[in-house]
Amino acid sequence: MDDTESTVSFVLFSGTDDRLSAAAILAVGAAAMGRPVNVFLQYWAVDAFRKQKVMADHGVAPEAGPAGASLVRASQTGDRHWSELFRQAKDIGDVKIHACALSMELFAITQEDLDPLVDDVEGVAAFMSDATSGPITFI
Amino acid sequence: MTIAERITVTKSIDARGMACPGPLLALIGAIRQGKVGDVFEVLSSDPGSRSDVPAWVAKAKHELAEAAEDTGFVRFVVRKTH
Repeated sequence: MDDTESTVSFVLFSGTDDRLSAAAILAVGAAAMGRPVNVFLQYWAVDAFRKQKVMADHGVAPEAGPAGASLVRASQTGDRHWSELFRQAKDIGDVKIHACALSMELFAITQEDLDPLVDDVEGVAAFMSDATSGPITFI
Repeated sequence: MTIAERITVTKSIDARGMACPGPLLALIGAIRQGKVGDVFEVLSSDPGSRSDVPAWVAKAKHELAEAAEDTGFVRFVVRKTH
Protein backbone atom coordinates (compact mmCIF):
# COMPACT_ATOMS: atom_id res chain seq x y z
CA MET A 1 0.00 0.00 0.00
CA ASP A 2 1.31 3.46 -0.71
CA ASP A 3 0.90 6.00 2.03
CA THR A 4 -0.12 8.94 -0.10
CA GLU A 5 -3.87 8.38 0.14
CA SER A 6 -5.85 11.23 1.60
CA THR A 7 -7.76 10.79 4.85
CA VAL A 8 -11.48 10.16 4.70
CA SER A 9 -13.35 11.86 7.51
CA PHE A 10 -16.83 10.95 8.64
CA VAL A 11 -18.95 12.95 11.03
CA LEU A 12 -21.53 10.56 12.43
CA PHE A 13 -24.52 12.43 13.81
CA SER A 14 -27.24 9.83 13.45
CA GLY A 15 -27.47 6.92 15.86
CA THR A 16 -29.74 4.72 13.78
CA ASP A 17 -28.61 1.24 12.79
CA ASP A 18 -28.97 1.83 9.05
CA ARG A 19 -26.90 5.01 8.99
CA LEU A 20 -24.29 3.55 11.33
CA SER A 21 -24.09 0.49 9.07
CA ALA A 22 -23.66 2.62 5.97
CA ALA A 23 -20.90 4.56 7.71
CA ALA A 24 -19.21 1.35 8.89
CA ILE A 25 -19.25 -0.08 5.36
CA LEU A 26 -17.66 3.09 4.01
CA ALA A 27 -15.03 2.93 6.75
CA VAL A 28 -14.22 -0.69 5.88
CA GLY A 29 -13.88 0.16 2.19
CA ALA A 30 -11.66 3.16 2.83
CA ALA A 31 -9.51 1.21 5.27
CA ALA A 32 -9.19 -1.71 2.85
CA MET A 33 -8.01 0.65 0.13
CA GLY A 34 -5.35 2.08 2.36
CA ARG A 35 -6.97 5.39 3.22
CA PRO A 36 -6.74 6.65 6.79
CA VAL A 37 -10.21 7.04 8.31
CA ASN A 38 -11.06 9.74 10.81
CA VAL A 39 -14.46 9.34 12.49
CA PHE A 40 -16.09 11.97 14.72
CA LEU A 41 -19.13 10.91 16.74
CA GLN A 42 -21.69 13.54 17.64
CA TYR A 43 -25.05 13.44 19.35
CA TRP A 44 -26.96 10.22 18.66
CA ALA A 45 -23.92 8.44 17.29
CA VAL A 46 -22.17 9.01 20.62
CA ASP A 47 -25.25 7.66 22.34
CA ALA A 48 -25.23 4.55 20.12
CA PHE A 49 -21.59 3.83 21.00
CA ARG A 50 -22.37 3.57 24.72
CA LYS A 51 -21.09 0.25 26.07
CA GLN A 52 -24.53 -0.73 27.30
CA LYS A 53 -26.29 0.30 24.10
CA VAL A 54 -24.07 -0.83 21.22
CA MET A 55 -26.01 -4.02 20.58
CA ALA A 56 -29.42 -2.49 21.25
CA ASP A 57 -32.00 -1.75 18.58
CA HIS A 58 -31.20 1.82 17.50
CA GLY A 59 -34.04 2.13 15.05
CA VAL A 60 -33.74 3.34 11.47
CA ALA A 61 -33.86 6.57 9.49
CA PRO A 62 -37.38 7.93 8.95
CA GLU A 63 -37.41 6.99 5.26
CA ALA A 64 -37.12 3.29 6.10
CA GLY A 65 -40.72 2.64 7.08
CA PRO A 66 -41.79 -0.48 9.01
CA ALA A 67 -40.71 -2.97 6.34
CA GLY A 68 -37.33 -1.29 6.00
CA ALA A 69 -36.90 -1.32 9.76
CA SER A 70 -37.40 -5.10 9.82
CA LEU A 71 -34.85 -5.58 7.05
CA VAL A 72 -32.25 -3.50 8.86
CA ARG A 73 -32.88 -5.19 12.19
CA ALA A 74 -32.51 -8.62 10.60
CA SER A 75 -29.18 -7.57 9.11
CA GLN A 76 -27.68 -6.54 12.44
CA THR A 77 -26.40 -9.94 13.49
CA GLY A 78 -22.93 -11.27 14.23
CA ASP A 79 -20.32 -10.13 11.73
CA ARG A 80 -22.79 -7.86 10.00
CA HIS A 81 -23.50 -5.65 12.99
CA TRP A 82 -22.15 -2.13 12.43
CA SER A 83 -19.98 -2.31 15.53
CA GLU A 84 -18.31 -5.45 14.19
CA LEU A 85 -17.71 -3.74 10.83
CA PHE A 86 -16.04 -0.82 12.58
CA ARG A 87 -13.94 -3.34 14.52
CA GLN A 88 -12.88 -5.00 11.28
CA ALA A 89 -12.15 -1.63 9.67
CA LYS A 90 -9.85 -0.83 12.59
CA ASP A 91 -8.27 -4.24 12.25
CA ILE A 92 -7.36 -3.85 8.58
CA GLY A 93 -6.49 -0.17 8.44
CA ASP A 94 -5.78 3.12 10.12
CA VAL A 95 -9.18 3.98 11.57
CA LYS A 96 -9.60 6.36 14.49
CA ILE A 97 -12.91 6.98 16.22
CA HIS A 98 -13.25 10.15 18.27
CA ALA A 99 -16.19 11.16 20.44
CA CYS A 100 -17.21 14.81 20.39
CA ALA A 101 -16.42 16.43 23.73
CA LEU A 102 -19.51 18.63 23.62
CA SER A 103 -21.85 15.69 22.98
CA MET A 104 -20.22 13.81 25.84
CA GLU A 105 -20.96 16.77 28.07
CA LEU A 106 -24.55 16.87 26.86
CA PHE A 107 -25.09 13.26 27.91
CA ALA A 108 -22.91 13.70 31.02
CA ILE A 109 -20.79 10.64 30.17
CA THR A 110 -17.07 9.89 30.04
CA GLN A 111 -15.01 7.71 27.70
CA GLU A 112 -15.40 4.82 30.15
CA ASP A 113 -19.09 4.77 29.27
CA LEU A 114 -18.28 4.20 25.60
CA ASP A 115 -17.36 1.05 23.71
CA PRO A 116 -13.58 0.46 23.43
CA LEU A 117 -13.96 1.08 19.67
CA VAL A 118 -13.85 4.76 20.57
CA ASP A 119 -10.22 5.87 20.73
CA ASP A 120 -10.65 9.13 22.56
CA VAL A 121 -12.74 12.20 23.30
CA GLU A 122 -11.78 15.31 21.40
CA GLY A 123 -12.97 18.74 20.43
CA VAL A 124 -14.08 19.76 16.97
CA ALA A 125 -10.89 21.69 16.25
CA ALA A 126 -8.74 18.61 16.87
CA PHE A 127 -10.99 16.58 14.56
CA MET A 128 -10.72 19.24 11.85
CA SER A 129 -6.96 19.33 12.16
CA ASP A 130 -6.88 15.62 11.32
CA ALA A 131 -9.34 16.13 8.46
CA THR A 132 -7.36 18.60 6.36
CA SER A 133 -6.16 16.23 3.64
CA GLY A 134 -9.44 14.83 2.40
CA PRO A 135 -13.22 15.11 2.25
CA ILE A 136 -15.52 15.26 5.26
CA THR A 137 -18.81 13.39 5.03
CA PHE A 138 -21.71 14.02 7.40
CA ILE A 139 -23.89 10.98 8.07
CA MET B 1 7.14 -19.55 -11.48
CA THR B 2 5.36 -22.07 -13.65
CA ILE B 3 1.64 -22.09 -14.21
CA ALA B 4 1.36 -25.38 -12.35
CA GLU B 5 2.89 -23.81 -9.25
CA ARG B 6 0.80 -20.72 -9.62
CA ILE B 7 -2.52 -22.49 -9.41
CA THR B 8 -1.68 -24.62 -6.40
CA VAL B 9 -3.99 -23.20 -3.77
CA THR B 10 -2.53 -22.73 -0.30
CA LYS B 11 -5.83 -21.95 1.35
CA SER B 12 -9.40 -21.96 0.13
CA ILE B 13 -11.99 -19.62 1.61
CA ASP B 14 -15.61 -20.45 0.95
CA ALA B 15 -17.26 -17.07 1.53
CA ARG B 16 -20.42 -17.93 -0.35
CA GLY B 17 -23.42 -16.54 1.48
CA MET B 18 -21.39 -13.85 3.19
CA ALA B 19 -22.62 -10.30 2.65
CA CYS B 20 -20.48 -7.45 1.37
CA PRO B 21 -17.78 -6.74 2.53
CA GLY B 22 -17.37 -10.12 4.25
CA PRO B 23 -15.60 -12.02 1.44
CA LEU B 24 -13.09 -9.18 0.94
CA LEU B 25 -12.40 -9.01 4.67
CA ALA B 26 -11.89 -12.77 4.75
CA LEU B 27 -9.38 -12.50 1.91
CA ILE B 28 -7.54 -9.59 3.54
CA GLY B 29 -7.31 -11.50 6.81
CA ALA B 30 -5.99 -14.62 5.08
CA ILE B 31 -3.40 -12.70 3.09
CA ARG B 32 -2.18 -10.89 6.18
CA GLN B 33 -1.64 -14.19 7.95
CA GLY B 34 -0.11 -15.92 4.95
CA LYS B 35 3.40 -16.08 3.56
CA VAL B 36 4.73 -14.47 0.40
CA GLY B 37 3.92 -16.78 -2.49
CA ASP B 38 0.85 -18.29 -0.83
CA VAL B 39 -2.15 -18.62 -3.11
CA PHE B 40 -5.65 -18.00 -1.80
CA GLU B 41 -8.86 -19.07 -3.40
CA VAL B 42 -12.01 -17.15 -2.46
CA LEU B 43 -15.48 -18.26 -3.48
CA SER B 44 -17.94 -15.39 -3.24
CA SER B 45 -21.61 -15.01 -4.10
CA ASP B 46 -21.59 -11.36 -3.04
CA PRO B 47 -22.02 -9.14 -6.14
CA GLY B 48 -19.82 -6.46 -4.55
CA SER B 49 -16.86 -8.84 -4.59
CA ARG B 50 -16.77 -8.78 -8.41
CA SER B 51 -15.42 -5.26 -8.28
CA ASP B 52 -14.05 -5.13 -4.74
CA VAL B 53 -11.68 -8.09 -4.84
CA PRO B 54 -9.89 -7.01 -8.06
CA ALA B 55 -9.77 -3.38 -6.83
CA TRP B 56 -8.25 -4.38 -3.51
CA VAL B 57 -5.77 -6.83 -5.02
CA ALA B 58 -4.57 -4.15 -7.45
CA LYS B 59 -4.34 -1.55 -4.72
CA ALA B 60 -2.52 -3.85 -2.32
CA LYS B 61 -0.25 -4.93 -5.18
CA HIS B 62 -0.89 -8.64 -4.93
CA GLU B 63 -1.66 -10.76 -7.97
CA LEU B 64 -5.10 -11.76 -9.20
CA ALA B 65 -4.38 -15.03 -10.96
CA GLU B 66 -7.99 -15.85 -11.73
CA ALA B 67 -11.52 -14.47 -11.52
CA ALA B 68 -13.83 -17.12 -12.86
CA GLU B 69 -17.61 -17.04 -12.99
CA ASP B 70 -19.29 -20.15 -11.72
CA THR B 71 -22.94 -20.88 -11.02
CA GLY B 72 -24.06 -18.18 -8.59
CA PHE B 73 -20.59 -17.30 -7.43
CA VAL B 74 -17.18 -16.11 -8.55
CA ARG B 75 -13.92 -17.90 -7.84
CA PHE B 76 -10.99 -15.59 -7.22
CA VAL B 77 -7.43 -16.84 -7.01
CA VAL B 78 -4.99 -14.40 -5.43
CA ARG B 79 -1.27 -14.76 -4.88
CA LYS B 80 0.39 -12.91 -2.01
CA THR B 81 3.34 -11.12 -3.60
CA HIS B 82 4.87 -9.25 -0.68
